[in-house]
Amino acid sequence: MTQAQLAQGNAPLLAVRDVSVVFGGIIALNGVSFDMHKGAILGLIGPNGAGKTTLFNCLSRLYQPSSGDILMEGASILKRPPHRIAEIGIGRTFQNVALFPNLSVLDNVRVGTHARTSSDIISDSLRLAWVRRGEADTNRKVHEILAYLDLESVAHTVVSGLPFGTQKRVELARALAADPKILLLDEPAGGLNHEEVYVLGDLIRRIRDERHMTVLLVEHHMGLVMSIADHVVALNFGRKLAEGTPAQVQADPDVIKAYLGSKDQ
Amino acid sequence: MSAAEDVVTEAPAVEAVPKRAMTLGLGTSLVVLAALCLAPLFVKNFIIFQMTMLLIYALAVLALNILTGGSGQFSLGQSAFYAVGAYTSAILMEHANMNYALTLPIAGVICFAFGFIFGQPALRLSGVYLALATFALATAMPQLLKLGFFEHWTGGVQGLVVTKPDAPFGLPMSQDMWLYYFTLAVSIGIYIASVNLLKSRSGRAFMAIRDNEIAASAMGVDVALYKTLAFGVSAGITGVAGGLGAIAVQFVAPDGYTITLAISLFLGMVVGGVGWLPGSIVGSAFIIFVPNIAEGISKGLSGAVFGVLLFLVIFLVPHGARQVAMIAQGLIAKLKN
Repeated sequence: MTQAQLAQGNAPLLAVRDVSVVFGGIIALNGVSFDMHKGAILGLIGPNGAGKTTLFNCLSRLYQPSSGDILMEGASILKRPPHRIAEIGIGRTFQNVALFPNLSVLDNVRVGTHARTSSDIISDSLRLAWVRRGEADTNRKVHEILAYLDLESVAHTVVSGLPFGTQKRVELARALAADPKILLLDEPAGGLNHEEVYVLGDLIRRIRDERHMTVLLVEHHMGLVMSIADHVVALNFGRKLAEGTPAQVQADPDVIKAYLGSKDQ
Repeated sequence: MSAAEDVVTEAPAVEAVPKRAMTLGLGTSLVVLAALCLAPLFVKNFIIFQMTMLLIYALAVLALNILTGGSGQFSLGQSAFYAVGAYTSAILMEHANMNYALTLPIAGVICFAFGFIFGQPALRLSGVYLALATFALATAMPQLLKLGFFEHWTGGVQGLVVTKPDAPFGLPMSQDMWLYYFTLAVSIGIYIASVNLLKSRSGRAFMAIRDNEIAASAMGVDVALYKTLAFGVSAGITGVAGGLGAIAVQFVAPDGYTITLAISLFLGMVVGGVGWLPGSIVGSAFIIFVPNIAEGISKGLSGAVFGVLLFLVIFLVPHGARQVAMIAQGLIAKLKN
């Protein structure tokens, strides 16, 4: 999405408003605000301890902000318990991969559909007709996603034995299975080699374009962020340091200072 | 991504676990079923009674397997749920003159509610702490059943005698044989329902919680709800087993449902293979017959012999009957080639 389209001023899909998080005496996030517009890839960057993951965990409701608000399509998400975040269209992956290690790839992705399906234990035990129809729909959808992410060949393999890169893709598949409007990716390039990072960038863009998603990318890998993000927010010590296009943020003296130390060193 | 090709070209990193890893194939299931149907025709009444108990304990082990193998929660309190089921059936039959078959669903529902409610405080505990909390439940139950306040219904320390049902429709079979087939029908029904449950959306939610609570929650799984549901389902099935046990033994008394029973069931689950439902019957056989075998070897030291046998099993096949089944499957596949 271009800057011009962003400037058209349609309401943001997700709005982070003045969010602060305090742990004991430590201010992990200090009045951070930014908007995410539909169809954009937003890169969230910053050195270690900048507050990226803290913000991420506020979005998935693992942390409660001390002040500020987070609005999804205009409605605050802060009153929702963590398990009711998926149903409003926020899906995520985890920094160090949080799959269900004893389940097959297929079952991992099936769990991803939990928020979009319904059942009760009695109907499930009796395998009533509507449960069977629901399972058939789920399976169709899951196989479509597995094919999309090139995971069909390992569909029945238990995930704990898969290589790390494949596990990351399974996690992505699981997140896609919930039909999120916003995909939160926590360091998707971590642990991948150079070529894999390149392929991943393409994949994220393809997912945005073909599956009509908005992506929040928290990433250390500058090359990846700068090549695929439409918009970048840089954090340092819990504050927003800079915001703009990748080129703007890259050229920002504060950002350069945060990453490399001051210029005259 | 290149990683996918690695998986395909190299030898699989783990043995590909077949889709139905939690259950038996159709062929094997039918053979086991046929054996269970035909066996009582050739044996004495006492053996039939023992086979009935085998099925009943298998149900109780299965219930624990759903809780531990499915949702990852420990319980040393299954004897309490078993006791509540047994007393519910006994009291309804003896005080309300209810038909024995009708008492079982009631026992199941009451125990489901009991387990569901007990699951609420258990939400704050996990691992060994949860095991200890359920342990407390198991130790408290026999004393609660002896309370003078309930004595009118429970019979206090004396317990209650339960009338054994006759075969219906004038079928020419002994009471023991009828009860065996009745128990078998109930067991098959519960087994199929359990398999369905674990393979369904709810079952996947249980297993997701077992493997990673935070990720499960991010996928929309209500962790608290499904954890308590798992407790409820487990307690409900244990309650039905308890009700059947009361009818089969024709007697309920507080000291029949001590912590020893809960530990036996736990043992049965481990020997059968945690998370492998067909293993439940193997585990049940272990806790019913191995003590007798131990006694046959040495009367005075039966406990020690039992301990040695248990140690051998755990040492040789730490994953229990599931592991034996997998080895057997591998051998058969080799023979075929």
